[in-house]
Amino acid sequence: MNLWKRFRGSYFLYSFLHDPVAMGSFVVLALLALSAFGAPIIAPHDPYDTTTIDIMDSEIPPVWMDNADAKFLLGTDAQGRDMLSTMLYGMRISLVIGIGATFLQAAIGIVLGLIAGYKGGKVDNFLMRMADVQLSFSTLMVAIFLSAIFQAIFGVAAFESMAVPFLVLVIGIAEWPQYARTVRASVLAEKKKEYVEAARVMGLPSGRIMWRHILPNTMSPILVLSTVQVAHAIMSEAALSFLGLGMPITKPSLGSLINSGFDYIFSGSWWITMFPGFLLVLLILVINLLGDWVQDVLNPKLYKG
Amino acid sequence: MTHLLDVQDLVVKFRLRSGDLTALNGINFTLNPGERMGLVGESGAGKSVAGFSIINLISKPGFIASGRVLFEGEEISAYPLEQMRDIRGNRISMIFQDPMMTLNPVLTIGTQMVETILAHNRVSVAHAREIALEKLSKVYISSPGKRLGQYPHELSGGMRQRVVIAISLLTNPSLIIADEPTTALDVTIQAEVMALLLELCKHENMGLILITHDLGVVSQVTEKICVMYAGRIVEQGPTEAIVGAPRHPYTQGLIKALPQGSGGRRRLHQIPGMMPNLTSIPTGCAFHPRCEHAMDVCRSVEPQLLDDGKTPGLVACHLYAQAR
Amino acid sequence: MFAFIVRRVLQAIVVMLIISFIGFALKQNVGDPVRELTGISVSAAERDAIREKLGLNDPFLVQYGRFLKGAVLEGNIGQSFFYKKPAMEVIVSKAPATLELVLVCSVLIVVLSIPMGIYSAIYPKRLLSRLIMGFSTIGVSVPIFLIAILLIYVFSIKLGWLPSYGRGETVNVWGWESGLLTVDGLQHLLLPATALTALMLPLFVRLIRSEMMEVLETEYVKFAWAKGLPRVRIWFVHAFKNTLLPVITVGGVQIGTMIAFTILTETVFQWGGLGFLFLEAVERADTSLLVAYLIFVGVIFVVVNTVVDIIYGLVNPMVRITGRK
Repeated sequence: MNLWKRFRGSYFLYSFLHDPVAMGSFVVLALLALSAFGAPIIAPHDPYDTTTIDIMDSEIPPVWMDNADAKFLLGTDAQGRDMLSTMLYGMRISLVIGIGATFLQAAIGIVLGLIAGYKGGKVDNFLMRMADVQLSFSTLMVAIFLSAIFQAIFGVAAFESMAVPFLVLVIGIAEWPQYARTVRASVLAEKKKEYVEAARVMGLPSGRIMWRHILPNTMSPILVLSTVQVAHAIMSEAALSFLGLGMPITKPSLGSLINSGFDYIFSGSWWITMFPGFLLVLLILVINLLGDWVQDVLNPKLYKG
Repeated sequence: MTHLLDVQDLVVKFRLRSGDLTALNGINFTLNPGERMGLVGESGAGKSVAGFSIINLISKPGFIASGRVLFEGEEISAYPLEQMRDIRGNRISMIFQDPMMTLNPVLTIGTQMVETILAHNRVSVAHAREIALEKLSKVYISSPGKRLGQYPHELSGGMRQRVVIAISLLTNPSLIIADEPTTALDVTIQAEVMALLLELCKHENMGLILITHDLGVVSQVTEKICVMYAGRIVEQGPTEAIVGAPRHPYTQGLIKALPQGSGGRRRLHQIPGMMPNLTSIPTGCAFHPRCEHAMDVCRSVEPQLLDDGKTPGLVACHLYAQAR
Repeated sequence: MFAFIVRRVLQAIVVMLIISFIGFALKQNVGDPVRELTGISVSAAERDAIREKLGLNDPFLVQYGRFLKGAVLEGNIGQSFFYKKPAMEVIVSKAPATLELVLVCSVLIVVLSIPMGIYSAIYPKRLLSRLIMGFSTIGVSVPIFLIAILLIYVFSIKLGWLPSYGRGETVNVWGWESGLLTVDGLQHLLLPATALTALMLPLFVRLIRSEMMEVLETEYVKFAWAKGLPRVRIWFVHAFKNTLLPVITVGGVQIGTMIAFTILTETVFQWGGLGFLFLEAVERADTSLLVAYLIFVGVIFVVVNTVVDIIYGLVNPMVRITGRK
């Protein structure tokens, strides 16, 4: 087992070192993640500290333009917050929600997928119908509806104060079918194999068979899916925030920053929208490129249509 | 007389990231018009590659590295795609292994037959349908008119292989290459399909290259045999000679492995070991690790395909080179 | 075929029941229908009287049954609190804008993605294919609102060529407000349609390419080569027809995604369609309108999915047979 792991590890490393795109993406992603999570240390200003923000500093362009202020490298937004700092803090929120939501989806999806694939019959039928219907409505649509409903039920103020857990919940619920389908497909493939049959004959409880025997063998499709899903979750969060159904402007994610900047694009303050937009695209792009690479290396058959 | 087919020193390689892999290492054989030849060997010996390389239809990373294929005197291995298209399915037809996968699932039998005729002949669709009907009845398919409108999944495996054979006949080719045409079929149907193929070849005076791992089938259908091992021909000659008095230890092993109709209780013979992987072909004679007669020379020197002057046919084995 | 359609319609009804149930539950728990009718300046006692009169104190399922009856027989989903009109009427009046946008984009996607996908599958190593694939890798990573903002910034603000918001001049054709028939309307349509198409296109190009490449490796395509067919026929008849099956399935699902993306597109371009309406309704807590939108979208999805399944059945001969049984 250990040897096998080491072999896989070395092949992983080998193909990684021979793929400049994968390496480049990884380096960029690592830098982005470091600067996002190190924002409180790196960022020149604290965008959450209202006492340091001066409305007189609003809409200052980046340093290489006229009327710039050397204090603000990438300029300021409409509330006078330093763009660079706000973006770093915003990226941190985007990443936290993206990763958190992916974990939640994975947890829901893996459990339901294991149950559906292993139990089969009516349970399987019901869960997969549900997944089908939800997917045909598109995950973004479900997420939009869910956050609209949450806002309506709890009120805008409560939603905004609890926005991060709410968004994790919303995106997590919206995207579980992807995992459930993938896991179910691999469970069905694994179930036929002899070792599962043997475990069953030995009288192991089904929970244990699923957890100890089947789940480890579904790991590579789950890994591939997870990279894609993190990008997807970040994108969904950005979309929700852009619509005003996500992070409030007082605690902006990249999406809500883009949204707030959009109003000022007509007056020429393009940087409030473009910088976070560029950062968001870069973040998603490197995750997607890494995802493509992981898929090439592990090459599992993802469940299609 | 020109040969129907003359394959000269054909080398096929597969281009991989780690370097080129030789799948076919200098193959030579000829076929006369109306002659039937068997290409025999275990899977991985390169017999399918040999068959496909004749019409230059090797799967992706594979390519003809050197050598020539002459068909009716023309060097077709040098033809560009458009000229090759005129040979494929027209003068040389192929029959594939698995009839379940060979026919396009979303097109009707009729479409798949008519398009073949229209690709090679200037005839009307109506006339093409007539030809299709005629060939379907030639392969003994019941109610051929109805079959034209059906999709492949509506037919049984044996029926589909008959359709594939009918497709191969559409343009009255002078050579058919059949790649394991019965392997994927039920045992009961295998004999029927084989008999049909034999009858058609005789009747239309078509040449046949039968690619198979089954020496039993080959001995009933063909006039001569090439035995392949690890990308080379190790023995070739008339069918009776090879089946009756095989010389190469590998051929002997293949013959011994055949179940005997009358022999009764005898345990089936097995050649020890496995066919080497293309990435790790042994030096000298590729068969030596599995050969019970292996000598020192077998490990270092590659045996040539030679005539020993006594028996008809050629064999590549140091046992016979020494005897001479 | 008949049994197939009946089964599909039954499924569709079940899905619609579930959606309407969710919608109704939402309406029950969130909005206050009395407030919608009367406003805030009414005493508590009066409200109770109205509640009783409207049957709002009946058990939940009874009320749901009444709601369903009204919805099915009269298309009555409730009154929009903001527009002071039946919610369904508001929805129907805004629908043409969204449907036109979706229609134009669907056509553009089909027309563009098929040749691009096929080309890059047939010649994976050519420069153009690499360009197509490169762009679509970047394309799937750019959120639609950014594409839209960039388009506005370049074509409206910097170049001043195209309008950045609204639908422009529309013509009323048998009660359908169409922007497709005026030059102004088309100019207004150009940017939103480009944004939406640019977003969906990469997905389809990648899908068609990967499916097509898979099909090109199959035995039956190899056999088609062995039959000496012209390449055009092999690519466009043998390979493409088989590529179509998974593409149709995914395409059906993606129409749902496209409707979701209209919400974002319409927000950026202030396109007076359903998506824009939906967001307004969220902001104003106009529950009836939200529920009406939910149900309308549900109907569209169900119809689209059913149509997709029927088309799938027409292309795939195996489905037809099971339908006949």
